Amino acid sequence: MSETIKNFLYLNRKAPYGTIYAWESLEVVLIGAAFDQDVSLAFVDDGVFQLTKNQHTSAVGMKNFSPTYAALGDYEVKKVFVEKESLEERGLSLDDLQHLTWEDEDEDWAEKDSIHLVTRAEMAAIMDGADVVFSF
Amino acid sequence: MPIEVNGKAFETDEEGYLANINEWEPGVAEVMSKEDDLELTDEHWDIINYLREYYEEYQIAPAVRVLTKAVGKKFGKDKGNSKYLYGLFPYGPAKQACRYAGLPKPTGCV
Amino acid sequence: MSTLHTVNKSPFEKTSLAACLEHVSAGAAVLLLEDGVYAALTRTSVEGQVKSALDNVKVYALGPDLQARGLLEERVIPGISVVDYAGFVDLAAEHDKVQAWL
Repeated sequence: MSETIKNFLYLNRKAPYGTIYAWESLEVVLIGAAFDQDVSLAFVDDGVFQLTKNQHTSAVGMKNFSPTYAALGDYEVKKVFVEKESLEERGLSLDDLQHLTWEDEDEDWAEKDSIHLVTRAEMAAIMDGADVVFSF
Repeated sequence: MPIEVNGKAFETDEEGYLANINEWEPGVAEVMSKEDDLELTDEHWDIINYLREYYEEYQIAPAVRVLTKAVGKKFGKDKGNSKYLYGLFPYGPAKQACRYAGLPKPTGCV
Repeated sequence: MSTLHTVNKSPFEKTSLAACLEHVSAGAAVLLLEDGVYAALTRTSVEGQVKSALDNVKVYALGPDLQARGLLEERVIPGISVVDYAGFVDLAAEHDKVQAWL
């Protein structure tokens, strides 16, 4: 296995359920987490809708995969960037999103926030800083 | 091929995973383990029940390394390694324990 | 002659809703469904567009699609009626035809 740790950014721009992109992205992230790489997730445009609380899919007969985002911390995915402008354009704020955390093994499993609210300019810098960007 | 548990048929996929996770009952694990010539102990049930709890909460079966870490945290550090899990489930925690627990095959497991 | 227009795309990603609203006649109905329900939310960048359409046409949003996306009814623009699948069927039956904006 390669010793080089690359910095992977998964860029999520689609709403959940209307298309399969959101779930596919999540599956690829979980599979990719088996390899020791530096993984970040970005939620931009309609992608921010993936993280809303209170998703209930029984009436539409689809799998509700919103609880799976809470497992990301277990998979060592600790950096989830959400774009502020994308939220605002959609009438949302951080309070409308799930609270995602990861546990820091080195600090007696202290719970730490995974979600970081960033501006569009900061998001551009995050994209520039990534070695590889996977788009969904 | 369906498996029969207490006179009731349970649909499975081509790899032997239960078709409908909601149909699961402990007898499913008993029948599946008997087919593998494995006797289920409390330690096996700890893992099977933990997998079901994990799926209930996150809607996915955990990857092996996520499972080993969680088992170490929950049941003691000496159990949080793949040697312990493979000791219980020789065909692998994913292929065997998840199947007994009625879960789908873990994401990314080939 | 009245038409039920359906919009199933996000207004932030596609122009389906805008195109629909520019082509509806007075008295028509617009049903937002699937990702189209995001247009029913308050405080969004398309709220003004949807609100001004309400002067002209009836707007509905499909409840099961709102629930799936975590959108509570209290966040829906006043004047938009939330309907279930049976309500969708009624709307389709009440109108002369259904036109989908994909």
